[in-house]
Amino acid sequence: MSGVEQGALGRPDERVEGWDKVAGRARYAYEQPVPALYVHPVLSTVARGRVLAVDTGPARASAGVEAVLTHENAERLADTSDAEFAVLQGPHIGFCGQIVAAVVARTPEEARRGADLVQVREYAEEHDVVLGPGHPRLYCPDELNAYPEADTRQGDPAAALERAPVVLDRTYRTPMEHNNPMEPHACTVLWEEGTGGGSLTVYDSTQGVHPVRESLAQVLGLHAEQVRVVSEHVGGGFGSKGSPHAHNVVAALAARAVPGRWVKLALTRQQMFTLVGHRTPTIQRVRLGAARDGVLSAVVHDVEEHTSTVKEFAEQSAVCTRMMYAAPHRRTTHRLAALDVPIPFWMRAPGETPGMFALESALDELACELAMDPIVLRERNEPDLDPETGAPWSDRRLVQCLHEGARRFGWAGRDGRARSRREGEWWVGTGVASAVYPHFVNPGSEVEIVHGQGVYTVSIGAADIGTGARTVLGQIAADALSVPAERVRVRIGDTALPPATVAGGSAGTSSWGSAVVAAARALREEHGSEPGEGARARAGTPEDAVAPGYSVYSFGAHFVEARVHADTGEVRVPRMYGLFSVGRVLNPRLARSQLVGGMVMGLSMALHEHTVMDARLGHVVNHDLAQYHVAAHADVQQVEAEWLEGADVRATPMGSRGVGEIGIVGAAAAVANAAHHATGVRVRNLPLTPDRFLVGPRE
Amino acid sequence: MEATIILHVDGVRRELTVDTRTTLLDALRDRSGEYSPKKGCDHGQCGACTVLVGGRRILSCLALAVACDGDEVTTAAGLAGGEDGPHPLSRAFVEHDAFQCGYCTPGQVCSGVGVLAELEAGMPSHAAAHPGDPVEATDAEIRERMSGNLCRCGAYPAIVAAVREVAR
Amino acid sequence: MKPFRYTRARDAASAVATVAADPGARFLAGGTNLVDHLKLGVAEPDHLVDVRGAVDGSVTELADGRVRVGAAVANSDLAAHPLVRARYPVLSAALSSGASGQLRNAATTGGNLLQRTRCPYFQNTATPCNKRDPGSGCGALHGHGRDNAVLGTSERCVATHPSDMAVALAALGAEVRLLTGEGERGVPVSGLYRLPGDRPEQDTVLEQGDLITAVDLPALPWVRRSAYRKVRERASYAFALVSVAAALRIEEGRVVRVRLALGGVAPMPWRAHHAEEALVGRPATEEVFREAARSEFAQARPGRDNAFKVPLAVNTVGAVLRSLAQEEGA
Repeated sequence: MSGVEQGALGRPDERVEGWDKVAGRARYAYEQPVPALYVHPVLSTVARGRVLAVDTGPARASAGVEAVLTHENAERLADTSDAEFAVLQGPHIGFCGQIVAAVVARTPEEARRGADLVQVREYAEEHDVVLGPGHPRLYCPDELNAYPEADTRQGDPAAALERAPVVLDRTYRTPMEHNNPMEPHACTVLWEEGTGGGSLTVYDSTQGVHPVRESLAQVLGLHAEQVRVVSEHVGGGFGSKGSPHAHNVVAALAARAVPGRWVKLALTRQQMFTLVGHRTPTIQRVRLGAARDGVLSAVVHDVEEHTSTVKEFAEQSAVCTRMMYAAPHRRTTHRLAALDVPIPFWMRAPGETPGMFALESALDELACELAMDPIVLRERNEPDLDPETGAPWSDRRLVQCLHEGARRFGWAGRDGRARSRREGEWWVGTGVASAVYPHFVNPGSEVEIVHGQGVYTVSIGAADIGTGARTVLGQIAADALSVPAERVRVRIGDTALPPATVAGGSAGTSSWGSAVVAAARALREEHGSEPGEGARARAGTPEDAVAPGYSVYSFGAHFVEARVHADTGEVRVPRMYGLFSVGRVLNPRLARSQLVGGMVMGLSMALHEHTVMDARLGHVVNHDLAQYHVAAHADVQQVEAEWLEGADVRATPMGSRGVGEIGIVGAAAAVANAAHHATGVRVRNLPLTPDRFLVGPRE
Repeated sequence: MEATIILHVDGVRRELTVDTRTTLLDALRDRSGEYSPKKGCDHGQCGACTVLVGGRRILSCLALAVACDGDEVTTAAGLAGGEDGPHPLSRAFVEHDAFQCGYCTPGQVCSGVGVLAELEAGMPSHAAAHPGDPVEATDAEIRERMSGNLCRCGAYPAIVAAVREVAR
Repeated sequence: MKPFRYTRARDAASAVATVAADPGARFLAGGTNLVDHLKLGVAEPDHLVDVRGAVDGSVTELADGRVRVGAAVANSDLAAHPLVRARYPVLSAALSSGASGQLRNAATTGGNLLQRTRCPYFQNTATPCNKRDPGSGCGALHGHGRDNAVLGTSERCVATHPSDMAVALAALGAEVRLLTGEGERGVPVSGLYRLPGDRPEQDTVLEQGDLITAVDLPALPWVRRSAYRKVRERASYAFALVSVAAALRIEEGRVVRVRLALGGVAPMPWRAHHAEEALVGRPATEEVFREAARSEFAQARPGRDNAFKVPLAVNTVGAVLRSLAQEEGA
């Protein structure tokens, strides 16, 4: 930060809420100590059709039940333009696991029993829940998540592929996946009638209290001032808590049905598989045209994905291919099939995560075909300028990540031939893949800083979903104010505080931190270095936080050692190493946790994660944590993340870029590439379960 | 159907009225405001609800409260805030940043304390080549023993480091 | 979850009398599977009779060299018991590979034997399942079949039995001690279970009120060389795709004694009698091991999603027996 003393930033401060979390004293949305009624939703069991009748009699007669909400008796919402929020507004069923009723009762046991007793008669229409290649319902979306264009083209890729001496044409598939934060989505809600048309208080598990307030106010026809949303601690989200979902609306409807009484709603783990988003499955055809020296002439990346008939979500899986490697001829396309499935949504690095699995696997395949080191291949295709926009890079150090990472990992001397190393019962291999993530600074956050008795209180309605935002915003403020961090208090997670954008897109610290710096400067400008009691200043994220004219991305390189059991095909990953270029690291302790956490989720994606839809019955088959496997302790051995030193002052006033998502991007490809090196078996269809490796040649 | 039970939670005697259907987890959270144990899955598939009962780690979501009448229950709050100061493992979790969102953390800490006792007692695990082998607090042993506690933030390497530090 | 009464049984006899007289009553032990089922709506008892204090919770050596395991012994304690670690490594290893540390501390020997399938259709009351709801159909047969059994199935049910412990007990030929309305009796572990046939709702031969009080492990000094190998989709805390319990004795390069049982492939812990017969007297080579394993699967009926279980099981049997043979040679 120019002109700002640097003391707190770069220091590995412990999380300010660390002891609260270790003791379990940190309060999550459900854990408000208020006497409450409990809400238990009832879900549809057909994937497409309508509710013919709901018999609520037995439920209402059940002990402790206070109300049963159905589409026939629930309040009409003011705005149902977002179909995800149009809950209990009509009989239509758009997917299996949609909320069709909800029971309000005195205890959780009674609410659950009441929900069991609600008898919903459903009419089932024919459904389609499985994305297959060339699905007849494919269409081109008007825009993608966070990107305006579904398709892009430069040059003449078809002709270039025709001419290329070497052409690789492969199709990769990633399955439907679920975020599964450890804290189930939950809220504690109170509706109070009275002057001003009443007020709604919502303790929510969310990545953004202000966005939740806006959505709920709109849906319920309230002024934003009538709604307060509080979220002190959030038990993970990884995107799924980036927006309210149907259950928030149901909880609000339930609260409004029992004015003056708190209601609590916590989704069950099973319910989370249909109500809070997921990553779409993808079918990705990648074509690479190259010369024998590995220089790419053409890159074509065509993506097929699903979305829901209820609401469109278009994952931007090929956008990384637009800028990753140099090639004069390039094309990306995205096609969606609207199926009778739950609504897909953000899951950690939407787009980049599945897209880079395909692209980085394809690069590895091309390297094998050319008998070339995969690092050299990437280096040969390093673009001087952003190939999509022609803009200069703010800080592209991919090659340095690859080279320095290779050195630290011990890549040199690797025998590039697959199936060349055996230790006891295990085939051993190593793999590499690049990582990338765009830099975003979202407009719309504001920070207020108030001075009192030597302490500066920094207020912003931001969210800490485990990133350490509370801690790092304090460090930013301390340096921006040139005071010790002990003299800074940070208040977040409440719409009573100034507006803040969502904790998403790895943009939280960048967006909110830029506003913190602006507010600190305003305070110093207005009140000097010795402000009086109650001195305050407020400022928003500057519009020019990111220097215009530059292409701003983070980069990284993953290195993986994989072992595949020769008899059983079990895959073990003894070593993962990631070297990243993410601008200036503001708090190494917290940044390392996020980068390692992303890599672990990438490992989990590679080895385990796979949501299964039942084609006949239309439901999610493996809707719990015993069947939807995420990596457990035993799957995660040595995982290390490091970064290149340096600051990117074009990215934010702090010189930092985001660290929340880049760790997952490319990780699964590095694992699959290592497993191929170990065994000679190329898995293009995640996850890498043991059966995939039973097909290869046996000893 | 209701029943009255006594629980000793972190050294405090509590008399609670519960439904026979109430789990130990819900008795702690919904009926006595002890929110330290977390509900992550409610089916024994994640470990977030782990508490120590009589010093042994169990999943409170799969124990009926009525069946725990008279039991001594220790939560992560009790471990962090004991009379003799915090448990060394609680401190190690903070120092190693062995968590992010913090939701699985109380269960990880309770499970870790259970693991320390099991290692001390020489109980075998799946990580050993042979069940008869002597037990050592290797990383592989700790990982295997902690595998019933999922962490979606991926703090596993730091959690293992914290347990290892206290085990040695 | 339906409301129910809860009582603690004073002793095993009164527990048996209570449950035998009341079709809505169920025994409760560790609860790790039953409480799960109460929440899922898979089980809807009116009355739970807690037997943890009413049945034996100790491991004792009998005069004839057998070892008696009380039904209330926790899985973790059984795995750690010195007699089991020394004499029955296959059992200790199987127990340690199941579930998680927390679950093993709560789950009991009797309850582990009676746990029910983790078939996703069985556990989801919104889907058809003949085991849970007789006559409703089998969701798994033409649905997602990755976990399905390949041996011993019927058109009505393709679910696997989930226990690891029971696979080791099947290999050992352990005997289950029962207390019933008519008195005590014993039944071999393999005889406790029944194949689904046309009544998949009936997992075992037990009748309402029959209580498992103990499991007797036979005196088999040669099984000190035995092993349990579990292949699963995570390195820990997951049910088996395929598991193998094996004990092997070789003399002069030939197999003289062998015990082999399989998990994850059948509706019950599967004692591989065909393979055992094919091994005895044959040279102890990996090709013989694999050929014997293949013979066990001659009658296998794999589906679209689970065909991999046959080669996986053959490979795993080969690997386990190879490893035991190497130990023997060492």
